[in-house]
Amino acid sequence: METVAEWFLWLKEAHGIKLTIFYDELDRTRFLSGVWTTIHLSFVCVLASIVIGMAGAWLQMSPVVWVRRVMSGYIAFFRNTPPLVQLYFFYFAVDSALSGMLGIRGGIMSSYGWAVIALSFFAGAFNTEIFRAGIESVPKSTIEGAQSLGYSRFQIYRYITFPLAYRVCLPSLNNNLINLVKTTTVAYAIAVPETLYISNQIWSDEYNVPEMMNVVWIVYLVLVGILVWLMHRWEKAIRVPGFGQ
Amino acid sequence: MTSTWTPDEPIVSLKDVHKSFGDLEVLKGVSFDVMKGEVICIIGPSGSGKSTLIRCINALNDIQAGSIKVEGQEVNTPHLDKLALRKKVGMVFQQYNLFPHKTAIENVMMAPVLVLKQSPEEVEVHARSLIKKVRLEGKEDAYPGELSGGQQQRVAIARSLAMNPDIMLFDEVTAALDPETVKEVLVTIKDLAAEGMTCMLVTHEMGFANEIADHIYFTDRGVIVEHGPPATFFKRAKDPRTREFLSQIL
Amino acid sequence: MKHLSGSTGTDLPVMLPFRPGAATWDARDWAGIATSKRFGLALALVLISWILVDSAYAQMVGGKSQTVWETLVKWTPLMMFGPQGQFGGFILNIVVSFIAMALGTFMGLWMGLGQVSTNRFIKRACWIVTQLFRNSPWLVLLFYFMLLLPFYINIGDTRIEVSGWAKATFALSLPIMANVSEIVRGAVGSIPTGQWESAESLAFSRTQTMWRIILPQCIKRMVPPWMNWYCILTMSTPLISILGVADGMTLTQDALAAEGRSEYLIPMYLWLMSWFFIYSYPIALWTRKLENRFAVNQ
Repeated sequence: METVAEWFLWLKEAHGIKLTIFYDELDRTRFLSGVWTTIHLSFVCVLASIVIGMAGAWLQMSPVVWVRRVMSGYIAFFRNTPPLVQLYFFYFAVDSALSGMLGIRGGIMSSYGWAVIALSFFAGAFNTEIFRAGIESVPKSTIEGAQSLGYSRFQIYRYITFPLAYRVCLPSLNNNLINLVKTTTVAYAIAVPETLYISNQIWSDEYNVPEMMNVVWIVYLVLVGILVWLMHRWEKAIRVPGFGQ
Repeated sequence: MTSTWTPDEPIVSLKDVHKSFGDLEVLKGVSFDVMKGEVICIIGPSGSGKSTLIRCINALNDIQAGSIKVEGQEVNTPHLDKLALRKKVGMVFQQYNLFPHKTAIENVMMAPVLVLKQSPEEVEVHARSLIKKVRLEGKEDAYPGELSGGQQQRVAIARSLAMNPDIMLFDEVTAALDPETVKEVLVTIKDLAAEGMTCMLVTHEMGFANEIADHIYFTDRGVIVEHGPPATFFKRAKDPRTREFLSQIL
Repeated sequence: MKHLSGSTGTDLPVMLPFRPGAATWDARDWAGIATSKRFGLALALVLISWILVDSAYAQMVGGKSQTVWETLVKWTPLMMFGPQGQFGGFILNIVVSFIAMALGTFMGLWMGLGQVSTNRFIKRACWIVTQLFRNSPWLVLLFYFMLLLPFYINIGDTRIEVSGWAKATFALSLPIMANVSEIVRGAVGSIPTGQWESAESLAFSRTQTMWRIILPQCIKRMVPPWMNWYCILTMSTPLISILGVADGMTLTQDALAAEGRSEYLIPMYLWLMSWFFIYSYPIALWTRKLENRFAVNQ
């Protein structure tokens, strides 16, 4: 650790490349906390968006026409408005309206909380469509085959529909979740202390914009790269010969 | 490269051809000659390497060892003039492979115009006569998607003929067709053979092979097991593998 | 996605094509609502009653304060077209989306062709560039190029200022380039090898085969995902507000700051969102229609 710090100090002295996060205790601590925020913000949003997607897909197949209409309205709204504006809408407008209604001063939720809500609903809209399409891709004849063997409704869902739909969905779902992780950077706009926001603080303090910019880009490439790699492994692991692509 | 080939020499000549896909050797030393105007049929069980063999002749597949000569010019060489080779050798595929975004006549005209740089007006006259020759008058402006399998295959034949080839290769051209359209394609090939076109066919149509071929080659596991004119081949096959194959088919 | 029954040719139960976002009853439902007369009537009723309630409320609270409707109308020119004599507002978002899309498509087409090149070096290099920009967050790319590209370029003695929105447009075109590159690679790969082989046996050169045979067949497959990326790009243009470009988002916040009243927050944001929605939703519906038509003709 010491030698690494020394090397980067030398780099600064000799070449003027100021990578403070490697030798400055404060910068290192806050940068790592920023990366950590990105990771858990991503993780929470991924989970929440999957739950929203599942519930949404289930509601979209409701026999009640107005439930379906409300769901397609939700999807259309979140897909066709900018995620940044959605985030501002939640953080500024909804927060102030709710706190006004409830008589709470200073807002009802932190920026982190609103980021989770906005991003999860945004990605959840896409997940809903992905899950619905996955379930619809299971042909009636397969279900009928299971029915004729005496499977119960739950058994059909548990052993036939879900395993098949999940395999079909996975590539699109992974794509969307990777997108979601990239979109967490938008939380910068409402001062969630994630990687980009913290890095901005560091380069404002240390005047090392090019260095930090490159660090941020590399950090995100590594994070997204790991995720892409994991998802590919997962897709490979569940592949059934002769099924799917 | 100057060609010293004269029409009394074999137009296609294979000598000890070896071809592998990775570790799998599919051709293990194949040799034979084809004379100008001759019609030969290659038959054999699936996976015996007969399609690979025919694809090597116009360099769609490369070979690892041996020699293939077309009109005296070596195909197995890094200096191969592919353009010259493919002008001489036409090929028709099992899956027709027509260009789906072009009409029948455009499919036929495309290669002469783009590759041979002939004038579109002249090519069109020729193309119309070829469409007529494969008995598809009236279908000139149809897209491949609007044609039956047999019709598409005949357009594919006309498309190859438009390049004025000296040799035609047919790779299981009736295998993907409905039984009722097989005949119209075979009639077209028969017309061509009757005109003196050198034809090499990979086929499962034994009756057709018997009727049309001057010489039949039976391949199995990458070698030519037996060959001869149809009369002797079908009636007096000597090799047990050939006999077994023929007994299953006939 | 390959339809399984195509390859096996059986009538056994096989998976139906998986098409996220393929129009089913609900999308058509929604389109039907949007175009029906009843919907128009309902919308008009909602608007009228809103304006009535709105002004009644304003009078109740205090005579002078303006209604929400009046506020929206007042700020609309600024939010839409930017400050007088300047270029900005929602129109800037659209202009940025057009230019970034054109630039990204142009670069992406070549990048995608590079990815299917027979030259291993070009292939590898294009793959790396594609993956690099495909896997970077858009906002990070925006920061990177906004902060690190020069503010002006010297050509000879003339100094040309590079405006913020021009740099932002360039930054946004990069992820479009990467995704168009992937669309091209995928579409070229989806053309059956028989097409290459028959073109080869007819003595077409590789370039001729690509431009005359393969790419024309790809267009139909490429258009829907390409349009989808246009929508995503348009939805990402407000990001440029974070970097100080006076787009629709920036000016909406300016207007809100000028009014300084929290009850305008929801209507103003919804107002801006509705513009994006009205612009993007028809494109999304059209994309689905094309996707469906393609799926049927496959």
